[in-house]
Order: sequence, then structure tokens, then C-alpha cells
Amino acid sequence: MLTRRTLIASALAAPAAAQVDLGFADNGLRPITRAFPQKAEMILQRSSPPLLETPLSVFDADDFTPNDRFFVRWHYPFPTRIDPAQHRLCISGHVGRPLSLSLADLARLPRVAIAAVNQCAGNGRGLFAPRVAGAQWGNGAMGNALWEGVRLKDVLALAGVKAGAVAVRCGGLDAPIAQTAPDFEKSLPIDHALSDDVMIAWAMNGQPLPLLNGFPLRLVVPGWYSTYWVKMLDHIEVLAKPDDGYWMARAYLQPANALADIAPDAPPGPRVPVTTMRPRALITNITSGAKLPARPFTPVQGVALGGDHGVTAVELSADGGRHWLPAQLGPDHGRYSFRRFRSALALPPGRHAILARARNAAGVEQPLVQNWNPSGYNRAGIEPVRMEIL
Amino acid sequence: MRLILPLAAVALIAAAPPSRPLAVTLSDAEGLLPERYGVSADAANANCLACHSAAMITAQPRLSRVQWGETIAKMRNVYGAPIDPSDDKAILDWLVAD
Repeated sequence: MLTRRTLIASALAAPAAAQVDLGFADNGLRPITRAFPQKAEMILQRSSPPLLETPLSVFDADDFTPNDRFFVRWHYPFPTRIDPAQHRLCISGHVGRPLSLSLADLARLPRVAIAAVNQCAGNGRGLFAPRVAGAQWGNGAMGNALWEGVRLKDVLALAGVKAGAVAVRCGGLDAPIAQTAPDFEKSLPIDHALSDDVMIAWAMNGQPLPLLNGFPLRLVVPGWYSTYWVKMLDHIEVLAKPDDGYWMARAYLQPANALADIAPDAPPGPRVPVTTMRPRALITNITSGAKLPARPFTPVQGVALGGDHGVTAVELSADGGRHWLPAQLGPDHGRYSFRRFRSALALPPGRHAILARARNAAGVEQPLVQNWNPSGYNRAGIEPVRMEIL
Repeated sequence: MRLILPLAAVALIAAAPPSRPLAVTLSDAEGLLPERYGVSADAANANCLACHSAAMITAQPRLSRVQWGETIAKMRNVYGAPIDPSDDKAILDWLVAD
């Protein structure tokens, strides 16, 4: 919808810049930008600190999201020049032996690689109805990469976690402008930090991390939202009591139910930190509003994530969810990876809403009705693609 | 073994930690918030753009004066933004100008 506010937003873009419509109820036009280092075409949500979104068409092309199209999200300013030879990762707190580790030190540990989806907790926030304040993402605040590095538990073992540890708090080189603002730090429960899957990565898709994605080191927490995947990781503190810092105790909180769902007019109720992702499927070859020629079968394909368990099925419906047709799944890169799907539907001329729903190995399935919460987290419902066959 | 070999090769070659320095340049091409409907953006420009660029504001959905007031309070109380309380009215007037 073109409104006066939309025009104001678009007037801020560079002259004659290409734009994309993210399909929000209002104010959903965003400029396309190529102005960011190590990045090709991205959707500009905010220049500083950068918020860059991946166009959905990128997910249509590959199981792995190219580094130069991978979404970017920073809360605070960060260094723009980093010498990895000088970088140190400090391990402190409730450990037997505090450490300052170089990348060469880390490289002596066993190497691991894992394919995993990195998704912002607020992915799809701009589609919330009613709307909520915050970064107004479409569904492109996510990406899939092969992450390479070492296990967090092997790094912690070097320092020796003492009995009574309850959490591991991680922070990076980003820092707020105001000294009173809380440093961006996130914590994992100790059992999770010591599990096999959590890693410290220095490479994605076979290359060093782009600076905007956390060069030279970032935490990788497969199955959990991106807020835990601390970028430019430089300190890890083992805690003997729960983390009461702002970013764990007061921010990134969701209603205390699995779907993070609450009625817009309900009192807030108990809240818990956002953690695990939910299964989602997104159609990537047809955009909402598309008008396609009639043919015997219309190809429908897209990308799915399983959340904290692997994708086991994606089903399609063109009749509002009364009948579902299983889609063919693409290669399986592991439980935390994107899994692409494809099918073909016999669609007669007229308007259609195509539904795609994912199910994971824990039996969790996408609901037909979207969940809602006032922070715009954990969007989990089916995303209809409304289109027309001519 | 055919499958394992290429993966092992990738691990050996690609997964070495980076050793070369990396430097990038960031630009903020968004500039200042514009006057709208005759309401000056001076107070918003002076108080809001030190920590984030203009699109953080212009990308938001339509929010009420009360909601924007809560946002200003959060910027001040959580993020330490030195927003002069005497500027609140002028900032809010611009944010909800329509």
C-alpha cells in the first residue's frame, strides 16, 4: 500500500534505487543496496548499525546461502578493521584456569563442521498483525551455511569448568555508544554449552566469516535463534549463578509457551528467553501477487527448516488446508540445515492461496494460524502465497 | 570412502582459521530525517541519529504517540541516549506528524 509514510521512507533511499515490497500491511517498501562490504545485493533495513535482509529469491537458488547474500544484524557499532593474528578469546569466571586463546590455539583443537540455519528471532516481524515495533524484517533474516571451527565444549575443557557452573555468557567486540548501555552478551545453560553441537566457527561455506557476519569468530548454536550466535566473539565467562544481564533477563523474552503466542489484548503474563526455532516452510519461486500463465501443473518450490530437529515433511495445500499434498524433499544436510522442497500443483485459472507447511522429526508442525507476541519473535505459522493463474 | 575424502579435503584446506587482517568501510547514505507536513525534524535529528541511522525510525509501522513515547523512554533508560527531556515533545510531534 502506498501511503504518505511509505513515500517518506522511500525518499530516504538513494536516487532511483531499486526497491522491493516486503508485503507488509503498510510501509513495506525497502531499497536494494550494494553498498556494503563483502555483500552483493541486499535489502536495506538500516545502514547503521547495519540491518541487511536476504531477498527470498536467494533461497530459491541453493541449499546454502552465499556469504555475500547472508543477512546482517548488529545492535551496536563494531570494529571495521580486525587482525586475526592479534585477536584473543578470553575464557574467565568459574573455571580452573582462565585463558586467553589465539586463533592458532583454537586451531589445535579437533575441527568440526555443521550445516545450520541462522535465523533472527524477529524474522518476519514486519508481517505481524497487529504490527509491532522493532526491526521490520520480511522473512529474509535467515540463512543456511556450513560452519567450520571447533566445539565450545573443547574450548571450555581447556579452561576446566568448575563444579557448580550453571551458564556460559558470551560477548563480542561490538560495544554501545553510551557507556551506561548494556554490553551485548548472551548466555547458554551449562549443559547446552557442553553439548556436541555448539561450536565456535571461523569459517562459513568454506571461507572466513565476512566481517559483517562476525569475523574472525562467532558462536554457532544450531537450532537456536541467531541472538545466541555471538559475532566477533572475544570473551566467554562461565557463571556460577544465572545471567541477570539485560540481554538475557529483560530482552529477547517471549510468552512462556512453545509457540510464543499471546492475544494482542491479553496481559503480558510470564515470559522466558527465546531459544529454539520452530519448523517453517517458505515458497521461494512464486511471490505473493504473482500472475502466472495457466499450465497443466504449476511448479511450487521452496525452502524449509526444522528448527531444533530435522525436516521430515513439507506439504502443500491450495484449498485452505483441507487437502495436503506431500512435496519432494531435496538433499538432507543434517537436522539443522535448510532442506529444499518442490512439487507441482494443478491450479485452474483464478486466484489461489498456496500453503506450505513443514514438519520436523519431533512431530512439530506449522500451525495454520499465525502466532503473535508484542516483540515480534518466533513467527511460526504457515505463510500463504496469494497468486493468480491467468 | 568416496564421500568421506572430499569432505576431509574441505576440512583440511578450507577450515584453517583466517590469518590476514580484514578492513572494511561502512557508509551511512541515509542522511537526516526530513521535515514532514510542516513539522521540523530538527529535534529528532539532534537526538535520535547518534546511535542509529534514520531508517530505524522511518521503517516502523504506524505507531501511536504513546508507543513512540515508550520507545523514547527505552532509548533513554536502557541505551543511555542523552535525549534532553525538553525535546521529547518536538520529537513526538515529528514522529506522529500525519
